[in-house]
Amino acid sequence: MARGSVRREVRIKRPADEVWAIVGDPARVQEWFTGIDSSTVDGTTCVVTTGSGLPMPEEIVTNDPIQRRFQYRITAGMFNEHLSTIDVVDLGDGTSLVTYAADADPGTMALIIAGAAGSALLELRDRLEVQEEPR
Amino acid sequence: MPRRKILFVTTDQQRYDTLGCNGGTLASTPVVDAIAASGIRYERAHPQSVVCMPSRATMLTGQYPTTHGVWMNGVPLPVNAPSVAAVLHRAGYHTALIGKPHFEPFLDPFLRFAENAIAQHGTTPSGGTHRGFEHLEFATHTAAGPLHYSRWLLAEHPEVIGGFYSVLDSALQVNAAGDGDTGAPQVHVNPVPREWYHTDWVADRTIAWLDSLGADDDWFCWMSFPDPHHPWDPPQSEVGRIDWHEVPLPPGYSTDASDRERIIDDKPRHWRLWYDGELVSNYEAPAEWVPATLTPDQVREVNARNAVECELIDEALGRVLARIDERGWGDDVDVVFTTDHGELQGDFGLLFKGPYHVDALMRLPLVWRPARSAGATAAVVRSPVGLIDLAPTFCTIAGLETPEWMQGQALPETDADADERSFERVLTEWDSELFGVGVHVRTITRGGWVCSAYRTGTVHDGTEGELYDLEDDPLQQHNRWNDPACRSQRDDLLADLWDNQPPAHEPRLQLEAPV
Repeated sequence: MARGSVRREVRIKRPADEVWAIVGDPARVQEWFTGIDSSTVDGTTCVVTTGSGLPMPEEIVTNDPIQRRFQYRITAGMFNEHLSTIDVVDLGDGTSLVTYAADADPGTMALIIAGAAGSALLELRDRLEVQEEPR
Repeated sequence: MPRRKILFVTTDQQRYDTLGCNGGTLASTPVVDAIAASGIRYERAHPQSVVCMPSRATMLTGQYPTTHGVWMNGVPLPVNAPSVAAVLHRAGYHTALIGKPHFEPFLDPFLRFAENAIAQHGTTPSGGTHRGFEHLEFATHTAAGPLHYSRWLLAEHPEVIGGFYSVLDSALQVNAAGDGDTGAPQVHVNPVPREWYHTDWVADRTIAWLDSLGADDDWFCWMSFPDPHHPWDPPQSEVGRIDWHEVPLPPGYSTDASDRERIIDDKPRHWRLWYDGELVSNYEAPAEWVPATLTPDQVREVNARNAVECELIDEALGRVLARIDERGWGDDVDVVFTTDHGELQGDFGLLFKGPYHVDALMRLPLVWRPARSAGATAAVVRSPVGLIDLAPTFCTIAGLETPEWMQGQALPETDADADERSFERVLTEWDSELFGVGVHVRTITRGGWVCSAYRTGTVHDGTEGELYDLEDDPLQQHNRWNDPACRSQRDDLLADLWDNQPPAHEPRLQLEAPV
């Protein structure tokens, strides 16, 4: 098993455009992805720094606000191949489904990325839904 | 009046038969044997999971994996999960966890799990405690990673780091390579001096913490050795203790391949699929290693090195107990020695672990020596008990009520005590879902039988199972699941198994890393 494909998802009780405003902006990833301390975006390249101080260079492959799809590749040496895809799907009732799929060789890294992303999606949901609650 | 203090000693992946007091002859374990001789030795202690994270979470919470939610390695135990250490700390005990924690995944490049992050900030968690422990010093099987032991090596002895085995290969899979005499996987020549190896480091740090306490302090110390879990890379200076050429093959290993294959073909088919290298259901065994290639000499070498690691643990424990005596606590300390799960060390032609609920993985060493001041008498308990009973035992030792959220009960001190308190059965569970392969097993051990039911998964249709008579078939080589003569026995065990399933954690926790 060289390559692995792992998906995580969350339903968020907020409109898709509102969710996309955060998910589709790579400069804001540290706001919702626990374990990423900072990000620097320059055109289609992005460097995030993890909580362990590890710089992780990325290539932004797709940033499509119409489909609300964001794709990136990690170009660091630990990967032979990587593609992560984040989709924000409008469920038509004012809520959204966010999926985060990681495909990687070695497959272990797909689980590490998507595993962290699963936790991040829950953080994103909690953050957005708390904003909605009446005071 | 001072309360009884508690030294909770765990190893990682240690078989029942590795201790002299349990009939083992390969490793010399006089310290644990002496504890057993003056304490209570359990002959049928089972884990509630046969892998690290769920099993350790059970020891901490006193709950089944289904209930605490850590259903496989890689699923982190929530930081706010119930903890017996927190119960003891609230009652005034000083609390420490020194050695291997593994309530959260180790593979963590984002450093988002608390136990991996804590070592960056010292030994005292922010907020005062973490899972009820006020002092934390962590180690695992390697010299790499963010934990205290690795950081200590990097700071003090960086020249030896490269001598340790690389647990993962370049593909981040559990490494199948070995550079011992036989080419056995995870066997490695490690030139590290003994005093810098993690076994002695864990004992040293435990002694240092004990020395920091006042004479009248009450304390609970979980001393958690990473060995004898693979890799088998003990300090090379110690390897000569046991000549692997002289090591007898274990009774569960047949040198006749057709005999081995006949035995595993009588079991649910994931056994044979793994043996042939066609299915790897879990991350804990090397994906690139094919068990069918295991040779008798490799079994001997693995068992020899494993025994050396057991001896080093025994000697390290001896040093800690000597220090406890020097502090004047000798009559007031309860010592509990056990492990999180066992290991296949040649049984059925296999190594490592997985969804295989047989004695190699499930029958554990467990010894409890109550404080001499408690006046308990030595005993051997044959009734089934579980690691789930440890947390209530610690509460009882401390004179505390067992919290309602704990699902076990304090360990029995005799078989009569076990009968009186209905220690009839012990349950073990397995769930794994990894890269498209799902395996789900529920097991009951009761009345001298062990019965495992396989729920529907990737390679099981929900009808398969295993049934063994532990008295007539101690090696579990004859699966009686489909034997008409055992049908009523099987159905009775299954009914009991399903009647006693614990409540599930809601929501189901996510798998966040491989291990």
